[in-house]
Amino acid sequence: MLSSHFLNTVQLAVKSLLMHKLRSGLTMLGIIFGVCSVIAMLAIGEGASYEAQERIKRLGSENIIINSVKPPEDNKQTSQQRNWSVEYGLTYKDVTRIQDTIPSIERVVPLRIIRENIRFDRNQESGQVIGTLPSYREVQSIDLVAGRFLSPTDELNKRTVCVITHNLARQLFPYQDPLESTVRVDDTYYQVIGIVNETGTAEQRPQGQESEGQAIDNNIYIPLSAARTRFGETLITRTSGSFNSERVELHRLIIKMKDSPSVIVGEAQIQHLMNHFHEKNDFELIVPLQLLREAEATKKMFNIVLGSIAAISLLVGGIGIMNIMLATVTERTREIGIRRALGATRKDIITQFLIETIVLSVGGGIIGVILGIIVPIGVEFFTEMQTIITLWSVLLAFGISGLTGVIFGLYPASQAAKLDPIDALRQE
Amino acid sequence: MPEAVIEIRQIVKNFQVGDSTVRALRGVDLTIERGSFVAIMGPSGSGKSTLLNILGCLDRPTSGKYFLGPDDVAEMDDDTLSRVRGKRLGFIFQSYNLIAQLTVIENIQVPLIYQQEDLEEHHDRCVALAKLVGLENRLDHRPNQLSGGQQQRVAIARSLVNEPLMILADEPTGNLDSETEAEVLDILNDLNSEGKTIVMVTHDDAVAQHAHRVIHMKDGVIAREVINEPAIR
Repeated sequence: MLSSHFLNTVQLAVKSLLMHKLRSGLTMLGIIFGVCSVIAMLAIGEGASYEAQERIKRLGSENIIINSVKPPEDNKQTSQQRNWSVEYGLTYKDVTRIQDTIPSIERVVPLRIIRENIRFDRNQESGQVIGTLPSYREVQSIDLVAGRFLSPTDELNKRTVCVITHNLARQLFPYQDPLESTVRVDDTYYQVIGIVNETGTAEQRPQGQESEGQAIDNNIYIPLSAARTRFGETLITRTSGSFNSERVELHRLIIKMKDSPSVIVGEAQIQHLMNHFHEKNDFELIVPLQLLREAEATKKMFNIVLGSIAAISLLVGGIGIMNIMLATVTERTREIGIRRALGATRKDIITQFLIETIVLSVGGGIIGVILGIIVPIGVEFFTEMQTIITLWSVLLAFGISGLTGVIFGLYPASQAAKLDPIDALRQE
Repeated sequence: MPEAVIEIRQIVKNFQVGDSTVRALRGVDLTIERGSFVAIMGPSGSGKSTLLNILGCLDRPTSGKYFLGPDDVAEMDDDTLSRVRGKRLGFIFQSYNLIAQLTVIENIQVPLIYQQEDLEEHHDRCVALAKLVGLENRLDHRPNQLSGGQQQRVAIARSLVNEPLMILADEPTGNLDSETEAEVLDILNDLNSEGKTIVMVTHDDAVAQHAHRVIHMKDGVIAREVINEPAIR
């Protein structure tokens, strides 16, 4: 019986809202936009930071990366003399030093990275030749699509084998099976032994190499020993009237630590060690974990800013509801008086008005959620920006809209019920 | 002697208007028996409307005792008063006071909602009440689609739906022309002859002639009382 009474009250509330479609619609508009903006803003914020974080994560949160960097002083010389030669960057000695001195290191993987044209038959693609050890697979997330990765035997025998990225394989071998074929780099032929799908290559370009604007995942992995014998350690660039030579032993070291906590300690130790042996500032340290933390902090800030903007719009929506409810109460005082005369208690009146606001705010909330889901999808469709709609943002927005409805609805309702029936009836 | 529906003793009602106190009722004693038809008359400011509001539990007396049946209404809290209004009293107002967004049948049902009654259960009875006041063909009309007389008849049906102890009518014909006035008074007369107790405020002598007792008020007290002979009615 109580529930049927409650149902009647809900019915009554809906009916009286429907009697004033424009007024109810305008009231809901505030809540709709509030909820919609909370969900959409948080989805866009979440999506923006997600991409950056994913890229950092792929570098490995337990890794420390050292890149060779051309020292800045050398640039001055360029203007003074036409022909010059520099020697900088990471060395094989660095690998041994780091391996021997720094505790809690699991593995150090050195990389030589050379830009070259990779050819098969008449197809030619520019890409990165990466000389590395078989253990590279353990420090970077790469998926083997076909064949196998470099093996210790390949390294030991300086074999001219290679593993190529999926993208490169597709371009060089449109019709053939790349496995067991050979690709030509410079004057050497390398047998393709495996194809990998690599996704984290965006950050892999060593600084100072003129790789900007090139396809980024045209990678070909060869044994480090083979790279050393085939390419040597000197990069010679000839342009008209000038001759440059760069001598770099290793372009990158990927150091995998035992666990995340030792990354921070390890970073300081490695920095100290490297500073000791490199007088020129010819290396840079990248700590993905730290980048990740920074990205997370940025994301948090971003979300707080977006969230507060959205919360304000929700609040404004709530105030809108309160205004309309207050106006409604004045307008409907007579009705309240009639209902009181016919036996309605104060509680009945409060319940009626409260249900009206709850229906408004929950209804507005539902429409807002639907819009809030559509807007990010539209943004993603038109701008290719990634958006992520999180459940908690939907719940938060919906919860706040419901809450504002109740809070801002309760006050006018209690005002309405406080009136003595005779005073309410006298209102014209 | 018939059973008393209402018994009030030394009812005083003061209103505070600014700094001065307006003494609307200055000690009224009145007993109304079951089945009687009482008219309250008097010039404006005589306290007749205030008295009716107190009888209808819409307002509380400043002092005095008011027994509605066995209970002292003056002692009741707001919720109990609401319940008393909903269960024992029926109201007919000068300006009809229907709820604009509800249809005829829904307006008749309103008091039932607050008695937590199942509307389905009482639907037939509500239709019968509409029929009693001659509106069985207009159940789905809204008040603004009805004439004044029709609206007042809806209000009469509504006042009967909770089978009240007493019907209180505040100038029920005040806004009506003489023809519809006669219709409404006929309905009230019929209800009274079926045993309903009716208390009506009016300033019209002709209207008051329909009542058994006419109570004349002046300056917040009962000035005189006239018993109408059945023959006159």
